[in-house]
Amino acid sequence: MEFQPVIGLEVHVQLKTNTKIFCGCSTQFGASPNSQTCPVCLGLPGALPVLNKKVVEYAIKAGLATHCNIAPRSVFARKNYFYPDLPKGYQISQYELPICEHGHLDIEVDGIGKRIGITRIHMEEDAGKLVHSDVPGLGSGSGVDLNRACTPLLEIVSEPDIRTADEAVAYLKKLHQIVVYLGICDGNMEEGSFRCDANVSVMPVGSDTFGTRTETKNVNSFRFVKQAIEYEIERQIEVIEEGGKIVQETRLFDPDSCTTRSMRGKEDAHDYRYFPDPDLVPLVISNDWVEDTRLGLPELPEAKLSRYQAELGLSLYDAEVLTASRELAEYYEEIIAAGSQAKAAANWVMGEVTRGLNDNGLAITACPVSPALLAELLALIDKGTISNKIAKTVFDEMWQSGKRPEEIVAEKGLVQVSDTGEIEKIIDEIMAANMGQVEEFRGGKEKVFGFFVGQVMRASKGKANPAVVNDLLLVKLKG
Amino acid sequence: MELFELTVHELHEKLKRKEVSSVEVTKAMLARIAATDATVNAFITVCPEAALASAAEADKRIAGKEMEILTGIPLALKDIFLTKGMRTTCASKILDSFVPPYDATSWLKLKNQGAVLLGKLNQDEFAMGSSCESSAFGPTRNPWNPECIPGGSSGGSAAAIAAQQAITTLGTDTGGSIRQPASHCGCVGLKPTYGRVSRYGVIAYASSLDQVGPVTRDVRDAAIMLGAVAGYDPLDSTSVERPVPDYLNSLQPDVKGLKIGLPKEYYIDGLHPDVKKALELAIETYRGMGAEFIDISLPHTDYAVACYYLIATAEASSNLARYDGVRFGHRTSESCGLNEMISRSRDEGFGAEVKRRIMLGTYALSSGYYDAYYIKAQKVRTLIMQDFLKAFEKVDVILTPVAPTPAFKIGEKSSDPLQMYLSDIFTIPVNLAGTCGISVPAGISKDGLPIGLQLIGKPFCEETIIRAGYAFEQATEWHTKKATL
Repeated sequence: MEFQPVIGLEVHVQLKTNTKIFCGCSTQFGASPNSQTCPVCLGLPGALPVLNKKVVEYAIKAGLATHCNIAPRSVFARKNYFYPDLPKGYQISQYELPICEHGHLDIEVDGIGKRIGITRIHMEEDAGKLVHSDVPGLGSGSGVDLNRACTPLLEIVSEPDIRTADEAVAYLKKLHQIVVYLGICDGNMEEGSFRCDANVSVMPVGSDTFGTRTETKNVNSFRFVKQAIEYEIERQIEVIEEGGKIVQETRLFDPDSCTTRSMRGKEDAHDYRYFPDPDLVPLVISNDWVEDTRLGLPELPEAKLSRYQAELGLSLYDAEVLTASRELAEYYEEIIAAGSQAKAAANWVMGEVTRGLNDNGLAITACPVSPALLAELLALIDKGTISNKIAKTVFDEMWQSGKRPEEIVAEKGLVQVSDTGEIEKIIDEIMAANMGQVEEFRGGKEKVFGFFVGQVMRASKGKANPAVVNDLLLVKLKG
Repeated sequence: MELFELTVHELHEKLKRKEVSSVEVTKAMLARIAATDATVNAFITVCPEAALASAAEADKRIAGKEMEILTGIPLALKDIFLTKGMRTTCASKILDSFVPPYDATSWLKLKNQGAVLLGKLNQDEFAMGSSCESSAFGPTRNPWNPECIPGGSSGGSAAAIAAQQAITTLGTDTGGSIRQPASHCGCVGLKPTYGRVSRYGVIAYASSLDQVGPVTRDVRDAAIMLGAVAGYDPLDSTSVERPVPDYLNSLQPDVKGLKIGLPKEYYIDGLHPDVKKALELAIETYRGMGAEFIDISLPHTDYAVACYYLIATAEASSNLARYDGVRFGHRTSESCGLNEMISRSRDEGFGAEVKRRIMLGTYALSSGYYDAYYIKAQKVRTLIMQDFLKAFEKVDVILTPVAPTPAFKIGEKSSDPLQMYLSDIFTIPVNLAGTCGISVPAGISKDGLPIGLQLIGKPFCEETIIRAGYAFEQATEWHTKKATL
């Protein structure tokens, strides 16, 4: 029997606010344990939550970017369960009335487009974390670090519209790109800023009834998502083919073995006893707030991609590379804004700039050559002041010293020589020293032309204008 | 007159005129507590050194003419208010060693005026009770008759006023916890409108019902205290952003033309004859002052107690989840695994009534029962609110008994939770409606126990119930009667 997998994803996006969702503590990653806490995020008796407005703004942005309806009235609810990293014994989340609903994302796999529905987006607080070892002074015990408690999260829940692991990865990459573009998430998957739970089931091809699903928790890279889903599909099919039944359960992905294992079954499932949090009044969002936020949205990757092709005349490939991150696109757009040609600028960003960043392990935001200076360099090529080849030398120097390209060209005497008299003199000298090759050329062996070009360029230390060299050489060699 | 018998406004005048220092009064209060609290047990914690130190500070402020109305006034707080550096137990074993790192907003406001904190007052554990018997620190006794309960849950607040152990106190009221003990101890107790006073730093029992308010010797003191603690607090999202009037302006002995509603559902057969008589006399008094009486109906009154015990316990079951022995409070000394550590700590730390309510609330929120209990109760709550709003279209205030009977004997109802729950039948609807109410002394029973009357006002119309209460107080002498210990 053939099986059809059905996949839905729940993504937790950690929001890039300076302070926590219900108190004023910092959200900075990596501080010493429990140093970023207060009565509210410690869950002390008598403490009360106060909603961070920035979190709501970010949630509206995420909703608009994924074509959701923004609820004019939404409600925070308590999700009740006991765990040492959950200081209040409940998590403040949204349940029956989330802030965003009914959205979608369009993805493409192997050239085929597909729309994935987004059921809902809601705001919630993160829990703290347990530390079991490597903490000085902790001995054999376990410690609770509540720095992360009360950090703002968005939970983005997809419809079960996904059918393959590749579609799941395409959806996640798209979503990741959007939240990073919006500036609401740093996108750091290793630090857990963007994490995913995958709901997977299989059903016989042609069936319209979904099979029993399992939920695989905390898969924190695109590669792991693919591996976890593929493993889970295979495992479920195997169980069914052997006459077994899939049990509804929560599973954990093990990246070392690329397998999933059962974490807790349905019978251990919590009854979370959700109810509206009486400490927080219902959240009312005016239409003005939504529309103001809509106006403030940055151009999203999809729009950029088509604009780069239609207006700047770039290829699909170039446009995809340049829009991969908002920072790279912004870097590129600043060069264009400074007057450079779109295609030339694209080649430089994808070539020299990217190579330099990769070699030095830098992000585009830390690029030592600013877009403005790179534009100046491209202008020098355009004017014929330097050749493309010399420009690469100048670029390296700019990378090292941070100097302006004109300054470097002047200092090192790199101005391109287009003076025919000067070039003719060099050609004459070279021809005189290589009469044998001159004869060969004149005898019809045109391949030696390249040899002469090389010699002339070397003698001019690369400064001779290659076009002028070509023209003059041809005339002189032909005699 | 002894120093410890003074009201806030009387003592303020004396302090201002330098007839007495705050240190002298504080010493008198501490001596009074030492002499009487073995009988009353109103205090869980007394802190003489800290009190005398703040009294000395207050005297400096008075000398420097930086005096405010509460500067140098010795007061005490229900042990539900967080007090920085001073143990706060909520009358529970689970918090018996909890020393908070911050102050409740309401206490901070009093502290900033230079008030002197004598100590922390007994109550029902986590404010769950109507008799002060569920405290882990033993029951508080009624100063009018030590065999009787003082009422609850703010029993310590009312008993401390009646026993003259504090000039003024703060309590909290979730279903009658200020008004009922005030009635049983012959004091004034004011429960403000929900949102009028910040709940920040007040240990939560039922978040949508809890409200801070004063228990005092007279209505003027209640007005002073409400003015001191009321107002929007950015740390409490449910506190309301609206200006705080000067409640002292409402102290007018004038109720001419005031429309007073008498809800037929509150004048029932089960009413104790002495309570009934006190109410009838009160109505006559008001009528004599020119108030107008109108019969009204609050038709959903019968459902209030059931509704309250679903909503309050549901919220409590979640509010009390943080007491898990992990970071603060009691932790079992048994060595065991995580889940067992949490359940043992809670089992050892919570008393029977708290456990009963946590179980009730957990049940009401459980999947499969949520709609039938919690949602249904919320709908009933809306109906009860509408009852009041409709009644207030016709009347300015509603006059009712506070409790069906005067204070009962210690132990009399503690084995029958349902009987105990019914003793709050007249106060609970006010919390469900989220509006304000005041209990004012209105009589003494044949057995010599105080009886209060309740005035219920429109939301945020504390001024009207203060005026009506003050007028009654001016026309009668019940508030001058004192317990003899």
